[in-house]
Amino acid sequence: MNAPDSPAILCRGLRKSYGSTHAVRGLDLEIRRGECFGLLGPNGAGKTTTVEILEGLTTPDEGTVEILGMRWDRDEMRIRSRLGIQLQEVRLTEKQRVEETLRLFRSFYREGPTVGELLEKVQLTDRRRAYVRDLSGGQRQRLSVACALAGDPDILFLDEPTTGLDPQSRRALWEVCERFLEGGGTILLTTHFMDEAERLADRVAIMDHGQILVEGTPLELIGTLGGAHVIEFEPSVEVAFPELARLPGVRTVRERGSLRFLSTDRLHRTLPALVGLLAAREGELSSLTTHRATLDDVFLARTGRQLRDG
Amino acid sequence: MANLASLRELTLTRVRVMLREPEMVFWVFVFPALLALGLGIAFTNPAPDEIPVAIERNSRAAAWAGLLDERLELDVRVLTPVEAELALRRGEVALVVAGSPGVVLRFDPTRPEGRNARLVVEGALQEAAGAPRPLATRVEEVRQQGRRYIDWLIPGLIGFNLMSTGLWAVGFFVTKSRQTLQLKRLVSTPMRRSHYLLSQILARFVFLPAEILVLVLFAWLIFDVQVAGSLAALAVVTLVGAACFTGFGLLASSRVRSTEAVSGIINVISMPMIILSGVFFSPARFPDGLQPLIAVLPLTALNDALRAIYNDGLPLTAVAGELGLLGVWTIGTFVLALRLFRWQ
Repeated sequence: MNAPDSPAILCRGLRKSYGSTHAVRGLDLEIRRGECFGLLGPNGAGKTTTVEILEGLTTPDEGTVEILGMRWDRDEMRIRSRLGIQLQEVRLTEKQRVEETLRLFRSFYREGPTVGELLEKVQLTDRRRAYVRDLSGGQRQRLSVACALAGDPDILFLDEPTTGLDPQSRRALWEVCERFLEGGGTILLTTHFMDEAERLADRVAIMDHGQILVEGTPLELIGTLGGAHVIEFEPSVEVAFPELARLPGVRTVRERGSLRFLSTDRLHRTLPALVGLLAAREGELSSLTTHRATLDDVFLARTGRQLRDG
Repeated sequence: MANLASLRELTLTRVRVMLREPEMVFWVFVFPALLALGLGIAFTNPAPDEIPVAIERNSRAAAWAGLLDERLELDVRVLTPVEAELALRRGEVALVVAGSPGVVLRFDPTRPEGRNARLVVEGALQEAAGAPRPLATRVEEVRQQGRRYIDWLIPGLIGFNLMSTGLWAVGFFVTKSRQTLQLKRLVSTPMRRSHYLLSQILARFVFLPAEILVLVLFAWLIFDVQVAGSLAALAVVTLVGAACFTGFGLLASSRVRSTEAVSGIINVISMPMIILSGVFFSPARFPDGLQPLIAVLPLTALNDALRAIYNDGLPLTAVAGELGLLGVWTIGTFVLALRLFRWQ
C-alpha cells in the first residue's frame, strides 16, 4: 500500500533503448506530492519515453518506478485509478460530442467529479453538445485535460499540453493546471516552452540525450548563469572572448554560430560599453537584442543549443 | 457499478461513431440488398462443366443412370426421392429424373443450369429409345416457393452479410483507433480491457435487427421468399453468427497497425469461406477430402443453420450442433484476441 509520505513519483536508474537508439540513459527523478514538476528538453531528448515509462505504458529495460509508493507490476489498476494522463498527439473520437466523451472517460473510474463539474473546470460548459471535430485546438486540449481529470487524480501527467496553441488558449490551459495544483494535486509537465515551465513548475529538470543535465527551481537554474539579463548580438568584426568578459557587469560569455551571448547583472552598464567597444573597432551590429535570462539560456549554456532547435 | 457503466459507455461510443458515419448505411443495409437483387435477377449461378443431375431410385434408375452417364456433360447420381428433392432445392443437382411409369424431369426453369440439364437429359433418353419421340416425358417445373434458387440463396446472403459486416466494421474501427492512439489513451485509464472488446460485440448487436430485417423484407417483397421457421429462431441464429464474426474481426485487428494491413487479413479470412461455405452454391460440389474442413468453418455452420430455419422450417434444437460450433469459434477468437491484442 502507498504510504502517504511516499513521493508522488520516484524512479531510479531508468534505461530504455529502441534498437541502437538509447532513448533514456540512466535517469533518476523524485517528484514530491503537491508540486508541479517540469521536464524540459528539445524534441528527441527522451522526455516522452521517460513519461510513458512513468505512466506504465512502456516497460523500461532497467530501473525502478514507484507511483505513490506503488509499483506497476503489482498494482497497475490501483495506480491507474489515481492518475490522470494526457498524451501527446492523441486524437479523441471526432464524431463524439464533448459530453459523450467525458461520460465515457468518467465511466472508467469509481469516483470523480460529474460531467458538469468537469466541463466547468475546463470552461467547456457552453460547448458540451459540440462534436469533438468542431472544437478549436485549445478547446480540444482542454477536453483532453478534462478526460485526464475524470477520475479526480492525485497526479496529472501533461505531455506538451500547449504545443500548437495560441497565447490565449495556452493561458486558459495554465489556469486549469493552477486550479488543480491549488487543490493539492501533483503535475508532471513536459514541455519545450520555457515560459510555460517558469509559470507553472515549482521545480524543473532539463533533459538532453536521455539524461538529466540539471535540476532545480527555475530561479536556481537561471541563477547559475550568473546574470539576470542576456544580451544577444551578431558583430561584423571578430571580438575576442576575454575582451567581452572584461566589459562591466558581464558574468559569462557564450557563442552559437556567429551569435554571441553575454549574461549580465547590470544591463545599463554593459550595453553602452559593448556598443562603445564595437564602435572603436569600426564594427557593425547585424542584430542586437536583450531579454531577461530564461531557462532557454540555461539550456544553451549547458548544450550550446536552444531548446526549440529540436 | 462503475464496471458496467464503462461497458455501456464504450458500446454507446461505438454505436454513435457507426451511426454518424454515412457510408455505413450503404455498406450495411443497401449493399447486401443490391447483391441479392443482382443475383436474384441474373441468377448468375456459376455452372460447372458437368451438370449434376439426380435420378430417383426406382426399377429403371440403373438403366437411366447407365444411359446418362455416357453423356460427358452430366454428373449422375442415384438418390432416394427425399434426398433428390433436398438436393434439387439446395442447388446440388440441376435436375431430377423421376417417374414410373413415364419419365418426369423436375427442375427450376429460372436457373440456366436447370434448362440445360433438361435439354441434355431429354435428348439422351429419347435417343436411347430410338424412334422419334417414342418416350413420353413430362416436365415438372419447380417454381414452388421455398424450393427455388433464390430461396436457397437468401439465407446464404444473410450469413455472408453477418460475416462481412462483423469483420469489416470491427476490424476497421479497432485498427483506426490504434492508429490514432485512441487505444493507447484508453489503456492509460483503469478501463477493463475485456470491456473494450466486449463493447464491440454489443454494439454489433444494436444494428443487427435492422440489418437482417432489411434483407428479410427485401427478399419477401421482391422475390416472395418466406421464412419457413420461426422468426425467434432466426434471431437467435443471427445473434450467435454476428457475435462469432465480431470475434473474428477483433482477432483480425488484434496486432495490425494500419487499415491497409487489416484489409488484407480480412480478405484472407473471408474469401475462402465465401467460396467454400455455400453462399452462392452448394459446398457439396467440392471434393470429399475438403468436406471435413468445410464442415468446421463458421460460415458453413451459420449458413446451414440459417437454411435449416429459413428454408426447412426446422426448430432451434435441430441446429444445436451448428450453434455450438459457432459458440466455440466465438469464445476462441475472443480469448485469443484479448491475449494477442496490441493496445499501442
